[in-house]
Amino acid sequence: MTDHDTRMPTGLANPTRRGFLAGGAGLTLALMLPLSGGRGAAVAQAQAPFAPNAFIRIAADDTVTVLIKHIEMGQGPYTGLATLVAEELDADWSQMRAEGAPGNDALYANLAFGAQGTGGSTAMANSYMQMRKAGAAARAMLVAAAAVEWGVPIGEITVAKGIVSHAASGRSSGFGALAQGAAAMEVPADPPVKDPAQFTLIGTDRPRLDTVAKSNGTAQFTMDVYRDGMLTVLIAHPLRFGAVVASYDDSAALAVPGVEMVRQIPSGIAVYATGTYAAMKGREALVVQWDDSAAELRSSAELYDMLSSEAKTGGRVVQESGDLAALDGAATLHEAKFRFPYLAHAPMEPLDAVIEVKAGKAEMWFGSQFPSFDKPAAAAALGFAPEDVAINVLLAGGSFGRRAQGSAHLAAEAGAVAKAAGRDGCFKVVWTREDDLRGGYYRPVTVHRMRAGLDAAGALIGWDNTVANQSIMAGTPMEAMMQNGLDPTSYEGANDLPYNVGAHRLGWAQVQSPVSVLWWRSVGHTHTAFAVEVFLDELLEKAGKDPVQGRLDLLKPEAVRERGVIEAVAKLANWRGRTADGKGYGFAFAKSFGTYVAEVVEVEDRGGFPHVTRVWCAVDCGIAVNPNIIRAQMEGGIGYALGTALFSEITLEPGGTVAQGNFDSYRMLRINEMPAVEVEIIASAADPTGVGEPGVPALAPALANAWRGLTGTATYQLPFAAPLS
Amino acid sequence: MTKLIVNGKEVTFDGDPDTPLLWVLRDDLRLTGTKFGCGIAQCGACTVMLDGMPRRSCVTPISTVEGSEVTTIEGMQGPEVQAVQAAWAGIDVPQCGWCQSGQVMSAAALLQVISSPTDEDIDNAMAGNVCRCATYVRIREAIHTAAKTLEG
Repeated sequence: MTDHDTRMPTGLANPTRRGFLAGGAGLTLALMLPLSGGRGAAVAQAQAPFAPNAFIRIAADDTVTVLIKHIEMGQGPYTGLATLVAEELDADWSQMRAEGAPGNDALYANLAFGAQGTGGSTAMANSYMQMRKAGAAARAMLVAAAAVEWGVPIGEITVAKGIVSHAASGRSSGFGALAQGAAAMEVPADPPVKDPAQFTLIGTDRPRLDTVAKSNGTAQFTMDVYRDGMLTVLIAHPLRFGAVVASYDDSAALAVPGVEMVRQIPSGIAVYATGTYAAMKGREALVVQWDDSAAELRSSAELYDMLSSEAKTGGRVVQESGDLAALDGAATLHEAKFRFPYLAHAPMEPLDAVIEVKAGKAEMWFGSQFPSFDKPAAAAALGFAPEDVAINVLLAGGSFGRRAQGSAHLAAEAGAVAKAAGRDGCFKVVWTREDDLRGGYYRPVTVHRMRAGLDAAGALIGWDNTVANQSIMAGTPMEAMMQNGLDPTSYEGANDLPYNVGAHRLGWAQVQSPVSVLWWRSVGHTHTAFAVEVFLDELLEKAGKDPVQGRLDLLKPEAVRERGVIEAVAKLANWRGRTADGKGYGFAFAKSFGTYVAEVVEVEDRGGFPHVTRVWCAVDCGIAVNPNIIRAQMEGGIGYALGTALFSEITLEPGGTVAQGNFDSYRMLRINEMPAVEVEIIASAADPTGVGEPGVPALAPALANAWRGLTGTATYQLPFAAPLS
Repeated sequence: MTKLIVNGKEVTFDGDPDTPLLWVLRDDLRLTGTKFGCGIAQCGACTVMLDGMPRRSCVTPISTVEGSEVTTIEGMQGPEVQAVQAAWAGIDVPQCGWCQSGQVMSAAALLQVISSPTDEDIDNAMAGNVCRCATYVRIREAIHTAAKTLEG
């Protein structure tokens, strides 16, 4: 540990009723003239009968504002989706703005989900054609308006860098002066988009739209929302998962100056106060008796024992090919058990939500990652119809999966807080860091049991992998996405291996616990990539093969893009084998969410603990819309994964309480521990895929492989630091 | 009653004297650029300048800053913070952005003391500022860039 001393532009336009709606193929578009700004206007607009479906607004001052249907939590959709619009609109980047789209299923659904939400690194992939079409339609309407105004043929008009021009007459105009005329034009149903060879913005770097506001303190997040008469609310949650309130005494809490009321809600006891510190003190003064009769009382050690037993059963078959009896005749049989802890996401901005209830309607401001789930959940808690709840989606101070809740527990809690107040009012629900780290929704504890065999020549003849963990989807609205009772998020990455491994079986043993679990940046790949790539690396070592060449030799013929990133990173890192000059080098590959990533880690032994000095990364995510954001996501994913691999685990103590509570016990990576990172983006003409998660999975196995190469010590459980015995 | 100077203006606070400076800045003065991340001086998101030195406002009781000058991200001026913010924008340091006010404050404070910091200087000055998005590679690069700008 080191020692320590003690807007976004909001300006949503109040639209005139000049919005035009284009139907079909998910294309929606409106051009309108803004009059005045104001938070919440987007919600009002979405509810207005005349001006609903808007991705694009062009103002009289030439600014082009793109309503972004995906939450901006650092991964870059404000810039990425605005780039798609600007490209087809032939706008100048300096005129582009971005705002979060409000909660509205019909208008802003993720085309990969059929509901409004951000996750699975789908933002760019599902928006790629939709936003380009929106931009192309806007451009066509601006051109049509210019043609009418100037009395010239449409075909003679050109657009570049935000200027509409007619060369023969010498006339030109910015977008703003044409916006009103454009709004009267017919919306093209299926406007043509550019051939990628014509791209001028996609594939090049330009400044993020949110950088300046995030560097000078003006970016507005949920916790920064203050409204008249607003009370801050902290909730005392149970100390054990599955526990409920038995009784409570609020007399001392109510005596704290600033505490206005205390109410019981389904998730605990809520303390309402005029400020955050009063709410904290009020909550400390509460006396709550919990009913633990349905709670998880087992410790992490006991849970690991249970998972290990379950993994031995082989679980239900997920995938099976060939006959594993082949392993009986293996010249070398290798077995390993891998163990992964609960992980908290720990976004820097803890969970928070503002809700205001007035005359039977509610308006919310928060980093809602799944508005489609959050709205009905808040409405149900309030006893309102879903259409009487409006959600303003704000910037989020990180998420890493934490705000994407199938259970919509935060929205439900905010609704319950407002309901329990028994009066109209505005309430800001704030979770502290302790609430965050002890509040569950963890990456599930997981055990992998692996068995594989080599023949006398060192060739792989069979691969047997059983995963034991708790389902993320079961018991949530996501359960509908389970297939034949199987939850793919439990084992994704351990199936459909790119390697020829001989006979192959993947099993999944589903376990139950009251502990709430959730997807954590790269979900199942957080553990499957480790188990697969570390186990494979050991097998290659036993066979006397090089980690890189050995993998290339095992790749299936169709694994072309896998081969591409593996070869690229080996070249980038000047791969020389497992050790060189007293340092260890490890390799790993992982495909996740349609994106291919290979990483090489360079590690030093510093007093028996790994210190990572450099990481090389090759990524193939199709067309690179914003290369600088892709590099940033790889760098960040690597840092996020490295800190986790080295330090992070949430453990349950005997009796079921959470051992960790804040960053002193749930350790974050710090700048002095961050390696240099070099990223190569593979040139590709394929449609773009996501980058928010895919930088994560390969890092930990590459580190473990490097460490084994350097020290001879294999790593079968994470984190590296102070593993639970 | 505590009196102090915040961003050049005299302010008074007559609430609980144990109230951390962070919550006075945010809840009472609505200076929301200073962020809450941990509450125990482990993450640096709440960093402000107190009489010219960086301080974690989340663990600084308001009663202890009587008569002090506090500068938040909103009130930061001078060549160092300008150079830092320009360098931040030049390579797009922020991702989610929540910690970045604190990062900018710590980086500006470093450059006020050490005009041309080494990597080790940067580690020492910045290790108390956690970035969960791990923008550290760019923070380091941007501080070096800002230092070069200040050299002219």
